[in-house]
Amino acid sequence: MSTTADTALPTSIDDTIARLAALDYVADRPLATCVYLALKLQRPLFLEGEPGTGKTEIARTLAAVLGRPLIRLQCYEGLDLAGAAYEWNYGRQMMEIRLAEGTGVQRDALAAELFSERFLTKRALLQAIDPANTVPPVLLIDELDRADEPFEAFLLEVLADYQITIAELGTVKATQPPIVILTSNRTREIHDAVKRRCLYHWVDFPDAARELDILRRRVPGAGPELARQIVAFVQKLRSIELYKLPGIAETIEWTRALMELDAVVLDPEVIQHTLGVLLKYQDDIVRMQGSEAARLLEQVREEARTAAG
Amino acid sequence: MLFGQSSPGRLAENVMHFARVLRTAGMPVGSDRVQTALAALQVAGLESKRDFHAVLAACLVDRAEHRALFDQAFVLFWRDPDLMGRMRALLLPKVHVKDGATPPPPENRRLGEALFPHQPQQTPDEPEPEQIEVNAELTWNDREVLREADFDTMTADEWREAQRLLRDLRLVFEPLPTRRARRATRPGRPDWRATMAAMARHGGELWNLRWRAPRPQPAPLVVLADISGSMSRYSRMLLHFAHALGHADAPIESFVFGTRLTRTTRLLKSRDPDLAVGQVVRAVADWSGGTRITTSLHEFNQRWARRVLSGRTTVLLISDGLEHGDTTELAREMDRLHKRCRRLVWLNPLLRFDRFEPRAAGIKAMLPHVDRFLPAHNLNSLADLVAVLARRDDDAPAGRPPH
Repeated sequence: MSTTADTALPTSIDDTIARLAALDYVADRPLATCVYLALKLQRPLFLEGEPGTGKTEIARTLAAVLGRPLIRLQCYEGLDLAGAAYEWNYGRQMMEIRLAEGTGVQRDALAAELFSERFLTKRALLQAIDPANTVPPVLLIDELDRADEPFEAFLLEVLADYQITIAELGTVKATQPPIVILTSNRTREIHDAVKRRCLYHWVDFPDAARELDILRRRVPGAGPELARQIVAFVQKLRSIELYKLPGIAETIEWTRALMELDAVVLDPEVIQHTLGVLLKYQDDIVRMQGSEAARLLEQVREEARTAAG
Repeated sequence: MLFGQSSPGRLAENVMHFARVLRTAGMPVGSDRVQTALAALQVAGLESKRDFHAVLAACLVDRAEHRALFDQAFVLFWRDPDLMGRMRALLLPKVHVKDGATPPPPENRRLGEALFPHQPQQTPDEPEPEQIEVNAELTWNDREVLREADFDTMTADEWREAQRLLRDLRLVFEPLPTRRARRATRPGRPDWRATMAAMARHGGELWNLRWRAPRPQPAPLVVLADISGSMSRYSRMLLHFAHALGHADAPIESFVFGTRLTRTTRLLKSRDPDLAVGQVVRAVADWSGGTRITTSLHEFNQRWARRVLSGRTTVLLISDGLEHGDTTELAREMDRLHKRCRRLVWLNPLLRFDRFEPRAAGIKAMLPHVDRFLPAHNLNSLADLVAVLARRDDDAPAGRPPH
């Protein structure tokens, strides 16, 4: 049921939480505050955090909540203007030159024509600020830490003024600024100049209650006892010094895996067999194998008993 | 609006004071951020203290490691039984901390100094930087001798001269191709954009293809320097070396470790090498103390490796490798470090001894995991190191000294 009222911006922090939750995104209050502020102040939102904590997902959910198209730019090393913003369509340009030879067009006219909008291939950034957009889209610049520094420098113009300057054509500026969300897994530090133009939020692992809520919404088929044990176990796991802590994405994956194996409750054996879903480093898996996982599980059960009794 | 027209400056003033406290505590909070915060407070944040905190954090923090500092500062600065009520009533006094009698000492020393600048120091002064005796009697200054001289036995003058020579060292880095391209004169990848522009200029008559070639970039470098007692002089010279490298436009990160790991990248940014190394010496508490290689490497792998290492990085590890106790963990940490970088170069001043044999358990544990094992006790060995860094040797024989 999407009415026009639904696609308006949220009116308060509570409203933001409620509307994200309606689409099964359980945001904690600081995150919702940041999202609300980003929408209200029309500032880009810079989300940093461990992998698998729902940074990309918030952009998707936000686009759905507001009924806006989502434009996603996946960053990688060497990403340049041609990949991120625009590229001239050289094939068509060449054709135009050949055609012009036949008809005898003036040089100046040809030069102006060759670098007009007709020959421009628009990529994610230019699409997002295209003045022809009827609704401003949600622009997701994903895993910015994977791109290199020259690319960050290029982003500055987009982030500050929502415009891109094309040397041959002039400046393209958005009529209505898009909602920009940048994410980073912090494999390197993003330059201050980028961060300065954004609102910043560190996306942390959720607490047990919120993680349980997320799990219930995302994997509705999981039994309540299984879900509770899974969350308690993963939370325990995060308190251990592992090389890579499991995120919410891993919790969800693990739950699905356990359901495929028809597990009703956790037991040491089934944990052993499915550790690879949860942990992605051999060192971590070796560490959790055998008695360590069983010990954690025993702790989880013990705490459940005390809570019940 | 919650705070009406009467005196909107009070809240603004307090936010400004708060920003100033954060700035003094070492967080880079620009005035544009304060403005953002004030604009944000117009739309949200006055409903509860939690929201107020979230709004200020979103606007004033921009680094994960500043969050703890911010939280402490927030609690201390906005400590008020009924903060929200008073903010609404606009009665907040200018700066809270000044009207309290003696506030409890905050956990963070930097923050403490920022909030209470006139409090007596709680920790004793830092130890005086090591005195370097000045020997004015020195007459010879033979460069050749100096190049072979051991850093550990140099006099002050020799030391200074060595630093100067180090600065003059021609630093060439292994150029790694990147995925970015620059214009080229030789055929390679066609540059369609430039070609089309050229053709358009000539009315499409001239078929003059332009080219691009991959742009090389010096391989990034990470320096991990052991600064424990026996290593301190070598490490100091290597910090000078690292400083010189850093100013030869290679991306460089540096860390020192004794009993614990300290990141010194920012401290070494200073233009003057003496100033930069001096800053490092002052900032690091355990200079010339004991060493715990395993725990330091573990901390590096756990906290920093993901952020500062990439598949292109060369790691320079400077240590004598004399680790006591169990070395299986040490081997594992070395293995992890090795897998995370492109080249792991171990510099060990013990190699200055002609008949050095890797017999110590720590050295044996570390050796299988390094790509190059080199001495670093005099200027010549550092010059050799530069040659190694400039060369591409992906299949270098590992685990044995070159001479």
